[in-house]
Amino acid sequence: MTAIEPATLRSAAPSVWTRLRRRKLALIGLALIVLTFFGAIFAPWLTPYEPNNQMFDGLTLQGAPMPPGAQFPLGTDLLGRDLLTRILYGARTSLIIGLVANGVALVIGTLIGITAGYFRGFVGSVLMRLTDLMMAFPALLLAICLAAIFQPSLWIVALVIATVNWVQTARVIYTETSSLSQREFIAAEKTLGAGHLRILFRHILPHLVPMIIVWGTLGISTTVLLEATLSYLGVGVQPPTPSWGNIIFENQTYFQAAPWLVFFPGLAIVILALAFNLVGDALRDVLDPTQRGQDQ
Amino acid sequence: MINFLGRRLLQSALILLGVSFITFALLYLLPSDPVRQIAGRSATAQTVANIREQLGLDQPFIVQYWRYLMDLLHLDLGRSYLQKTEVSTLIAARLPATLLLMVGAISAELVLGLGMGIIAALRRGTMTDNSLMIASFIGVSAPQFVVGLLLLYVFAVQLGWFPIGGYGTFAHLVLPALTLGILGSGWYSRMMRSSMIDVLRQDFIRTAHAKGLSRARVLLRHALPNAILPVIAMIGIDIGIFMGGIVIVESVFGWPGIGQLAWQAIQRVDIPIIMGVTLVSACAIVLGNLVADIATLFADPRIKVR
Repeated sequence: MTAIEPATLRSAAPSVWTRLRRRKLALIGLALIVLTFFGAIFAPWLTPYEPNNQMFDGLTLQGAPMPPGAQFPLGTDLLGRDLLTRILYGARTSLIIGLVANGVALVIGTLIGITAGYFRGFVGSVLMRLTDLMMAFPALLLAICLAAIFQPSLWIVALVIATVNWVQTARVIYTETSSLSQREFIAAEKTLGAGHLRILFRHILPHLVPMIIVWGTLGISTTVLLEATLSYLGVGVQPPTPSWGNIIFENQTYFQAAPWLVFFPGLAIVILALAFNLVGDALRDVLDPTQRGQDQ
Repeated sequence: MINFLGRRLLQSALILLGVSFITFALLYLLPSDPVRQIAGRSATAQTVANIREQLGLDQPFIVQYWRYLMDLLHLDLGRSYLQKTEVSTLIAARLPATLLLMVGAISAELVLGLGMGIIAALRRGTMTDNSLMIASFIGVSAPQFVVGLLLLYVFAVQLGWFPIGGYGTFAHLVLPALTLGILGSGWYSRMMRSSMIDVLRQDFIRTAHAKGLSRARVLLRHALPNAILPVIAMIGIDIGIFMGGIVIVESVFGWPGIGQLAWQAIQRVDIPIIMGVTLVSACAIVLGNLVADIATLFADPRIKVR
């Protein structure tokens, strides 16, 4: 019995890819994600400038930022730094936070959801009431408070985002786990004397993998947006470390005269969040049986 | 029904209690000392100690929290540390602006979202459908400060159609409401589209067509009311998203609501105001969820009250 499940999972993978391949939007999303990773990893080779180098010729004679042109493709910011360079390095911030914060949130959400769904009873209802409580929190306000309380660094921001972002996953996993726990094969395992841990990790978790992948992908989009918002308010990633949100934060006083300083980093945020949304949505159609048939 | 309502109300009260506890605990753990800030840099140790005692901040955590709860029962949210005003007065003064923004935002997202969803469902599989759904994806992927700043740049700075910020006339409301509405419309259009497609598939729609009703009548009298109800029931849940957005949108547009109040309070560590706004927002969210639950019951009589 135990041998069957991993085998079905593996054999499902190619069919997922074939079905995903037929969706143009998902492929576009995937391409945009790959492009962002490429830009983030190879940033030093893609641009001749340094992200924190305040260049003398990066400002006009009046000391204003340079508009997009031949020398600086996307212009410069108010300190004379190359905007394209900062956006490329900023992609690192977004991706690191997107992956770390979302990873932590996913682990917390899955653990809480699976525990509450499997054990139910007292533990289950305490955990789910905690989830309800988090749902009632104005998440952004909580995140801003937390970020303002702690000295914000990259990792603190990631943790703050994770603390407010696990709720959705926990609820989805909870619903799925509690319906799985009712199924016969779980009862059979129990009769055979399998321990709780064995049932949870060998039998329930593998069934949740598709759902975790879907919510993990969609969650990166939320995380990227939240990081950008916190950094825009000045309580997220701190300058001079470039982040798409804090580029806008630093330059917004100039934005009427130099709109590209808001437009390009803003566009980068939208593109990355959109890409993960497109891929996540397609994955949900392909992987999540409860959602199937909605989009045909 | 009464039973259900009673249980849900009790649950909501407990949730609010939990929110108040967590927020209070978080702010208690704050490394910065509010008393130092009130007293100013040159205050003597004696003054600082006096103020601390006066505010009851020398008491242990549980005592402070208990006092806060007891005051809360009398709708007393305490006094702002820096503005020397009752927090409830400050919030009450700002609340109408936020409520107005909320009405504007919900109208914007319903008109945009339902409109896009209905058109997409009727033109299913065409270019129109695809473009509308891509637009809705962009709507949910765009952070509100970017949307707000872009709308400001195009419609206020360049075209001059709307004021750059502030509060007062209908023209002031348009851009902030639209900023909040664009995010919501992304969700609504997708829900509306799939709800409409579900309804159009039903037997009674085929019957309506078969008995010779005009296409417009089938859509307006038979399909639309059924498709819209479950979507409208979501408005309650929307309030949570709205409450998250007001801090951003109000600070981008200089809208004098409770979001701006909260943001200023966070920057100055004015704890009673932060507490107050968090609780008011949590109340709105809990109330919204309650309304959503009840609305769903009415929207779909097949759902049994548990």
